Amino acid sequence: MARFSSLHDAVAENIKDGDTVALEGFTHLIPFAAGHEIIRQQRKDLTLVRMTPDIIYDQLIGMGCARKLIFSWAGNPGAGSLHRFRDAVEHSVPHVLEIEEHSHAGMATRYQAGASGLPFGMLRGYAGTDLATITPTIKWVTCPFTGENLAAVPALRPDVGVICAQQADRDGNVMLWGITGVQKEAVLASRCSIVLVEEIVDKFSSHMNGVVLPSWVIDDVCVVPSGAYPSYAQGYSQRASAFYAQWETISKDREKFLTWMNEHVLATSDHAQFLASLDPKLLEDVNE
Amino acid sequence: MSRTSPASKSLEWTNDEMMTVAAARELTSGTVCFVGIGLPSTAANLARASHAPGVVLIYESGCIGAKPDRLPPSIGDGILSRTADAVISVPEIFAYWLQAGRIDIGFLGAAQVDRFGNINTTVVGDYGSPQVRLPGAGGAPEIATSCSKVIITLRHSPRAMVEKLDFVTSVGHGDGGDFRARLGLPGMGPQAIITDLGILRCEAESCEFVLSSVHPGVEISQVLEATGWTLRVADDVSVTAPPTVEELRALRSFVGA
Repeated sequence: MARFSSLHDAVAENIKDGDTVALEGFTHLIPFAAGHEIIRQQRKDLTLVRMTPDIIYDQLIGMGCARKLIFSWAGNPGAGSLHRFRDAVEHSVPHVLEIEEHSHAGMATRYQAGASGLPFGMLRGYAGTDLATITPTIKWVTCPFTGENLAAVPALRPDVGVICAQQADRDGNVMLWGITGVQKEAVLASRCSIVLVEEIVDKFSSHMNGVVLPSWVIDDVCVVPSGAYPSYAQGYSQRASAFYAQWETISKDREKFLTWMNEHVLATSDHAQFLASLDPKLLEDVNE
Repeated sequence: MSRTSPASKSLEWTNDEMMTVAAARELTSGTVCFVGIGLPSTAANLARASHAPGVVLIYESGCIGAKPDRLPPSIGDGILSRTADAVISVPEIFAYWLQAGRIDIGFLGAAQVDRFGNINTTVVGDYGSPQVRLPGAGGAPEIATSCSKVIITLRHSPRAMVEKLDFVTSVGHGDGGDFRARLGLPGMGPQAIITDLGILRCEAESCEFVLSSVHPGVEISQVLEATGWTLRVADDVSVTAPPTVEELRALRSFVGA
């Protein structure tokens, strides 16, 4: 059964230096608050996993928390580059970042294999690309029935999976809806999992594509209102596009980045304080 | 640079707008289109807002049949999930919908493209010590593999249209000819490259891209200079029809121009 705990305690107890950690979210429901807490607790040598590393991974990389990144698309969609990620790959700043890159389909297949308890997954992909040459975790298998040559990718099994959901019930079951990405697979593939929720409800509401994860596959449930900010939680908030736009300037200059991280993450003790530290303009128009 | 639409002297347009309009024209109502981030998303939404209201837009975030009334800033924006016919998981969109062959057209952008429509979105320079680290593959490699056809749209320059890619992220026609058949790739691969200067189309058999039309006011020599390989010009090279007033109004109504 899941425990209800503070985000501070959930991170302190479950995430250790050297762990493989997946903070998943596909534009929607990105667990920003958990990334900030990992930075506050100064975790090191993490292998970070994510299909779409965005600003929160830029921050983790820039603050020196990551040894390796396993990913398929690293960018700040519609707004620019992840300059801390680029600085790490292009100039080894703040230190060397090992990368292992796939396509989205390859990453999704790896999570599915992990969630299914299989050693690998397969897909029709990568043929003819240079990814197949530079990424050692892309190999080939022959279908025993048809003879077709297919790509094989190993299961992802993170030590810790972290996601956001909209709601938990009082038993610690959680529900997410809207764009649910690969979050269900990330939780089921991980050895242990933390779920951030907007609120606790007596009974879940009904949604077109609601995904419910039962309490007994989750370790910690943390109530963190707006925990996905500047990402969003459908039904609760809208994406803070202004935050994504301003990140280009902050991220570009390492000194500016460090000053920003000190002021807004290291000098704040939790997510509520983080939100309170921001320019109020960045919080306009995010309420749904 | 801006030009005037013949239908109305009051409406001028840019080469970028011409590119988006030309890309949108590749889509027809009923086409099922897997939409990439950036320029492709603008063009696909323009098609739906103008001549092809029945085009089915599919986003890799799991949104099937999205009908946004403004341009989504990202492929996972709430406007897509709230207007979609169905919202499904990311593993499902790639396995059941893309890989299973349910998509007619994949619409992709690129940092670099070569004469056979192969795409680089990974690095500029050497992979191990890149000059510029780009975002990477995303959904593109399997979109390029499995969609029936692929349309590529990007701005034309010698740095973007290159003789040799620094990295092959997504395969077009490899080294040409029957490359795709030899690799067993199910889709037909890229059929058009639409830029801010003109339209390149895939030549039968050789699978090399040749200049098929130039946008109004663009000289053929200008396109050749802006291409990093020796671009061949089709015998029947034409001039792209200029944007209509309706197309421009539709485009500007949702990009906020």
